[in-house]
Amino acid sequence: MSCPNKYVEYMHKYLDKEITKEEEQVLKEHLMTCEDCQGHFHELKRTITLLQSTSNIQAPANFTRNVMASLPKEKKRISYQRWFKAHPIVTAAAIFFLLIFTSLSSMWNENEQLTVSKTEGIVIEGNTVIVPEGQVVQGDLLVKNGNLQIEGKVEGNVTLINGENLLASAGEVTGKIEEINQVFEWLWYHTKKTVGDLFTFTIKGF
Amino acid sequence: MENFIRQKIKQIKKGDQAAFEEVVSFYQNKVYQICYRMLGNSHEAEDIAQEAFIRAYTNIHSFDDKRKFSTWIYRIATNLSIDRIRKKKPDYFLDAEVQGTEGLNMYSQLSADQPLPEEEVETLELQSYIQKQIQSLPEKYRSIITLRYVDDLSLQEISEILDMPIGTVKTRIHRGREALRKKLRDL
Repeated sequence: MSCPNKYVEYMHKYLDKEITKEEEQVLKEHLMTCEDCQGHFHELKRTITLLQSTSNIQAPANFTRNVMASLPKEKKRISYQRWFKAHPIVTAAAIFFLLIFTSLSSMWNENEQLTVSKTEGIVIEGNTVIVPEGQVVQGDLLVKNGNLQIEGKVEGNVTLINGENLLASAGEVTGKIEEINQVFEWLWYHTKKTVGDLFTFTIKGF
Repeated sequence: MENFIRQKIKQIKKGDQAAFEEVVSFYQNKVYQICYRMLGNSHEAEDIAQEAFIRAYTNIHSFDDKRKFSTWIYRIATNLSIDRIRKKKPDYFLDAEVQGTEGLNMYSQLSADQPLPEEEVETLELQSYIQKQIQSLPEKYRSIITLRYVDDLSLQEISEILDMPIGTVKTRIHRGREALRKKLRDL
């Protein structure tokens, strides 16, 4: 073809609806005089018609159903993540409580050995703490990881943590008796104590 | 229609899986067609089209609501098809020597006298003949021609789908169209 390339260029621009009015005019005038270009243009348009006429390809019959059947079940983890992202304050609070909980539970597991808050006038036999008959213990008594047997008298509160039994029948306790065997009870006790200490401290401060 | 799809996508994002069904049935033919045009095999086309919808569903949260969903799903389908074509590339070459022979290569295994295009037209349906011609285009022209005539997409949309400068899209569509014109001239 001896015609300048610009005519073919215009044809493609025309087919992509990108041609300007002036260019279209130039192309039209040229096509009227040039048979070769007319043929070229005709072939291009025919190619497109062929492409479009055969572009009614349908997806297979059960396509949508197959897609729906193979969709992944929404993972729990993902929805949690999304929820956490949407509620940052709740997440922060949850993490805070988790940290407190873990630190306290590790404290609970830490010392397995027998602990007694005071040793004055008290007999320790193996795993058992005995307040002997006739003995008077002044103030509160706390026993951890051991049994307590009171035959004498305790003037104050008695707390038994993780102890197997409290044999206070023979003795006398003037204050409260508290027995803690569960982690949660222990946690509650700890919280109460901390809050109580805090209050005492604050009051003393004033 | 755009609004209908937009609303459905909002529901999907909230976790309503059933809303996806209508989106699939609305786009299935176009997406399947893109895959078929690219791959030239109905089995693979179904496979890749299905994969495209599953990908769209699992990544729906990364879809920007302000954009057109069609552009997005066509992009996924086109990219998956291109990946499949590249994986399919044969790992043997026609000019490699056939084992156990001297100087014989794979060209000698091909039938010498292929039927003329006119004869082929008689035996093949128009549909599959045209598909065959599209198939013979280089991949870079094939994807553009496919997108241009599957849904009458604008050059701008094609450039977005293929992530390609619009100038490149123009050049390639011109060359692809010229190549097809020559192939289909005698039809």
